[in-house]
Amino acid sequence: MTGPGEQLLALAAERILVFDGGYGTAIQNHGLGERDYRGNLELTDDQKGNNDLLSLTRPDIIEGIHSAYLEAGADIVETNTFSSTKISQADYSCEHLVWDLNVKSAEIARRACDKAEAKDGRKRFVAGSIGPTNKTLSLSPDVNDPGFREINFDYLKDVYREQCDALIEGGVDFLLIETIFDTLNAKCAGMAAQEAAEACDRDVPLMISMTLTDLSGRNLSGHTVEAFWHAVRHLKPLTIGLNCSFGADQLRPHLAMLTKEADTLIMAYPNAGLPNELGEYDEMPDQTAALISEWLDDGLVNIVGGCCGTTPEHIAAIAKTVEGAKPRAMASPAVRTRLSGLEPFTMAA
Amino acid sequence: MTTPPSSAQFVNIGERTNVTGSARFKKLILNDDYEAAVEVARQQVENGAQIIDVNMDEGLLDAEHAMTTFLKLISAEPDIARVPVMIDSSKWSVIEAGLKCVSGKPIVNSISMKEGEAEFLKYARKCMAYGAAVVVMAFDETGQADTKDRKVEICNRAYDLLTGIGFPPEDIIFDPNVFAVATGIEEHRRYGLDFIEATAEIKKRCPHVHISGGLSNLSFSFRGNEPVRRAMHSVFLYHAIPAGMDMAIVNAGQLDIYDDIDTELREHCEDVVFDRRDDATDRLITLAEKFRGTDVAAEKAAAEWRGYEVVKRLEHALVKGIDAHIIEDTEEARLNIFNAGGRPIEVIEGPLMGGMNIVGDLFGSGKMFLPQVVKSARVMKKAVAHLFPYIEAEKEEGAKGKGKIIMATVKGDVHDIGKNIVGVVLQCNGFEVVDLGVMVPWTDIIKAANENDADMIGLSGLITPSLDEMVTVSEEMERAKMTMPLLIGGATTSKTHTALRIEPAYSGPTIYVLDASRAVGVASQLVSDTQAEGFIASTREDYEQVRIARAGKTAKKLASLNEARANGATVDMSKKPPAPKKPGLHVYDDWDLADLRDYIDWTPFFRAWELAGTYPAILTDDVVGESASDLFKDAQVMLDKIITEKWLTAKGVAGLWRARRDGDDIMVSPENEEVALPMLRQQVSKRSGKSNNCLADFIDTSDDWMGGFAVTAGHGIDEHVQRFEADKDDYNSILIKALADRLAEAFAERMHEHVRKDLWGYAPDENLDNKALVQEKYQGIRPAPGYPACPDHSLKPILFDMLDATAHTGLELTSSFAMTPTAAVSGFYFGHPQADYFGVARIGEDQVEDYAARRDISLDRARQWLRPNLNE
Repeated sequence: MTGPGEQLLALAAERILVFDGGYGTAIQNHGLGERDYRGNLELTDDQKGNNDLLSLTRPDIIEGIHSAYLEAGADIVETNTFSSTKISQADYSCEHLVWDLNVKSAEIARRACDKAEAKDGRKRFVAGSIGPTNKTLSLSPDVNDPGFREINFDYLKDVYREQCDALIEGGVDFLLIETIFDTLNAKCAGMAAQEAAEACDRDVPLMISMTLTDLSGRNLSGHTVEAFWHAVRHLKPLTIGLNCSFGADQLRPHLAMLTKEADTLIMAYPNAGLPNELGEYDEMPDQTAALISEWLDDGLVNIVGGCCGTTPEHIAAIAKTVEGAKPRAMASPAVRTRLSGLEPFTMAA
Repeated sequence: MTTPPSSAQFVNIGERTNVTGSARFKKLILNDDYEAAVEVARQQVENGAQIIDVNMDEGLLDAEHAMTTFLKLISAEPDIARVPVMIDSSKWSVIEAGLKCVSGKPIVNSISMKEGEAEFLKYARKCMAYGAAVVVMAFDETGQADTKDRKVEICNRAYDLLTGIGFPPEDIIFDPNVFAVATGIEEHRRYGLDFIEATAEIKKRCPHVHISGGLSNLSFSFRGNEPVRRAMHSVFLYHAIPAGMDMAIVNAGQLDIYDDIDTELREHCEDVVFDRRDDATDRLITLAEKFRGTDVAAEKAAAEWRGYEVVKRLEHALVKGIDAHIIEDTEEARLNIFNAGGRPIEVIEGPLMGGMNIVGDLFGSGKMFLPQVVKSARVMKKAVAHLFPYIEAEKEEGAKGKGKIIMATVKGDVHDIGKNIVGVVLQCNGFEVVDLGVMVPWTDIIKAANENDADMIGLSGLITPSLDEMVTVSEEMERAKMTMPLLIGGATTSKTHTALRIEPAYSGPTIYVLDASRAVGVASQLVSDTQAEGFIASTREDYEQVRIARAGKTAKKLASLNEARANGATVDMSKKPPAPKKPGLHVYDDWDLADLRDYIDWTPFFRAWELAGTYPAILTDDVVGESASDLFKDAQVMLDKIITEKWLTAKGVAGLWRARRDGDDIMVSPENEEVALPMLRQQVSKRSGKSNNCLADFIDTSDDWMGGFAVTAGHGIDEHVQRFEADKDDYNSILIKALADRLAEAFAERMHEHVRKDLWGYAPDENLDNKALVQEKYQGIRPAPGYPACPDHSLKPILFDMLDATAHTGLELTSSFAMTPTAAVSGFYFGHPQADYFGVARIGEDQVEDYAARRDISLDRARQWLRPNLNE
């Protein structure tokens, strides 16, 4: 039997695949109180807003969101584990729950996928979500001490490794390092993921997704999209791409660059436009789908979905749009030495 | 700038940040002068280095520490960090430490087969795992390759081994060893030629690889004679590049253009490199003396900007974030202005702000990004620090400081980069900034603003929920009757949001600040005697225009009062608390302070002192731990005295009364007659499933109970405050006020617990520690009049009447319903398990009319009291 990586590649050769959408809005719509978050757990801090915790206390809600996206046409859903690391859970004094959060979240997503597969016979995949944490390896939080770092590589790697091991234990198909604002964090997560995948007895390919913090096309650590690609290419990810950042229209030029350079699948899942002045996303499903359809016309992507502000309606609209669209052909860039600082550096042959 | 004899194919690697190659750099690192060392890297890049080589292999250094320190520092310099790094060390531990600090894709320099194949492949695999290209030295178990054949053989073998483990061939760079020529030793004569010939052969046999070499070795015999060394390097490259050498570690600023080299020198150099004559070495040595000491061009080129006039230099330093010369340049500018009869502040207002404005514009237009701005701010700060004593000296002659600004990232938000930048830039411009840190609740902001007698407040936030929190802060500022300007900034904020949501909530000046560079302009105008009025008026007009433009377009309709009532909170009255065990009034005219001590929430205490952190972790915090511990010790000493010497007296009263709900009124029966407590209901349109709450929802229509309280720990404080102030002891004066506030809050907490466990007694077995109490883990709430759930301050007199609070506690209300002594808390008790805090927010005209009728006051009076909540 072929592994999930080969399966995804085979499907991507036939059609554009669909990733799921945002979870925050969907969770918010349930109007949960602190007690819903906490459930029966003995916890000290206020847990309201600890969305990952819901995998333990309200798995029904999380599975419901997965199912809504699967029904809307998603081929891949991501686990509810964006903040399920020791570092992020420390904000809620829930470090001790990290293992369970990841295992359970993976199981929930797996269950939702199994149910969806049983219903229509279409293969579904689970991507284990690995967020950036709220600490950065590349920047100093202290203006007056640019050499200072809050964490170091080895510590962060251990933190990521715990999450990766637990996600694999829970049965994810892929490890998705997403919303990457710090390239070094991503390299660290990638190393942890590779070591975790090597330690288990199955193939768990990596998905890597960067987020841009300004319109000039850099992430917070200052890397351009191309410099970023050079920095993570050694991880041999199954997919590379962009998420969150801005809406689909602003992501377009950066995807266009990446699509020419990357000899792997491209996955992009933008926000529902830019938030308006009042902080709300008001791009409608058909608008998002229309913008994404422009990407398809230009053959920019293999897998599309949504991030902040997107809903199952957006994903349904996207799923409809990708129907029959020609899949992006994988780039085969020339063999070159590709280095990078904040900017890419490619040597002549 | 001199241009190396490069083709598009050739990559030059900066070598000056190498302690083994540069005596100056070594000295800087040994002296811990990393600031100047970073400048060396910058010059390299400015001079055209496409990659910079960093080497810290020096016996006197902790190379791992030096490597990581330097790499982290240059990663904060966008001008430098834009190029890839070459991590250069003979020790793998140093290389690996470096790999953990580099965010792009670097080159490792170097690994070799010196220790055998197993070691070689072990390190190669690690390079692959970290994602680095690698320089492989032509070195094997038997030693360094010197002849052409050995070079080719070793590199070929290494290539096969590496590609055999899947190492990408394009990420292999061979260094076939550049050795010194013209040494006078016979065997060295062919070294140059061997290198060039081996290069061609390796390139042929090993597809995709690159060839690099350290050029400085070549001219080792001519140390001290830079013109000759430069010529030798240029000549060597001129011939090695066509052979296939595509990288070299060189001093990028010190290469000559081949055609520009003195013809005779060039020819003599070529004789040596190609071993063309037996007397080549002797001839070059003889000629070399002619060229000694003629080297000036390079320095001139490297420091071209140092030749600009001073204002331009300051601008360059700010825009590029270079602080190496900022003190001397600032001093020069100060003297120029002083000699022209100007004041030191003009250096800031003129050239420095000019530079910062350029930074702001570049940042605003996406041509500069965050780390660079932070860097510029640091340069600015240094310049201002230099000017500060001069500005201070002037002040004593009557000038006044620019102003004090409270800055905070609002509650619920941890992003503070932007706020820090604004803070730095404002401080640079003579403003005193009180930075409250992140996740700061409005209570602390307002308290700090009052305690610090601030001139304005600056709020920052990055995530979208912060927008609502900013509105809350502005509403609370309004309620606190503040008038100081409120500045709004941060990623998701906007002029539109400020105009539509924040400014209407606050009657003081409210100004949206686009970015750090505008902050100074805004703040300066606000504190200016002549400009403030006009600026505030024009901003108000501007925002009014925004509102007019948006009117009708996005104005969200409130639910009608009837709709809101129909969507009130669904409260399960079968769960209402039982009747109190001890109804009626309970007066405590001297609560034991020692008992309250255990109920103090210390975290706000530290925040009041601008020490960010949570108690008790704050005491061991890396940054503020020491001062927090000192402060905490002082606080404990004073608290001991307050308690044992009875400096303060805690008085309180709590009442539990029959109550029933009548619509949105709560009818309370403190004595025999009912008193109406009209409550306000949320009218903001809710998402489905969310109710429009009113405190009355938590009371049953018959046969229910509620309570009220007023506590203070402020009696006796004036005497001590006066004593301290007479002593010019601000520290202890602030300390006792802060402690009294904490004791009052602790009293409110303690009283509430006493009510739950004993007086009302619905939770007799409750057993919560201080942390759980602070986090409101208990059943029931104690909302205070004037706070979001119950925003009308004017309910306070009714509460005070029911409690007879003034008689029982000595607390009095000012005309604006503020309590004195100020260390006081009052509020209502709701015991229902579903009772929760909420904010009434906007209410419609229908509710204002309804409320006026229920309270039996005029519509105008109702509007006045409810103004912050009006939907205007």
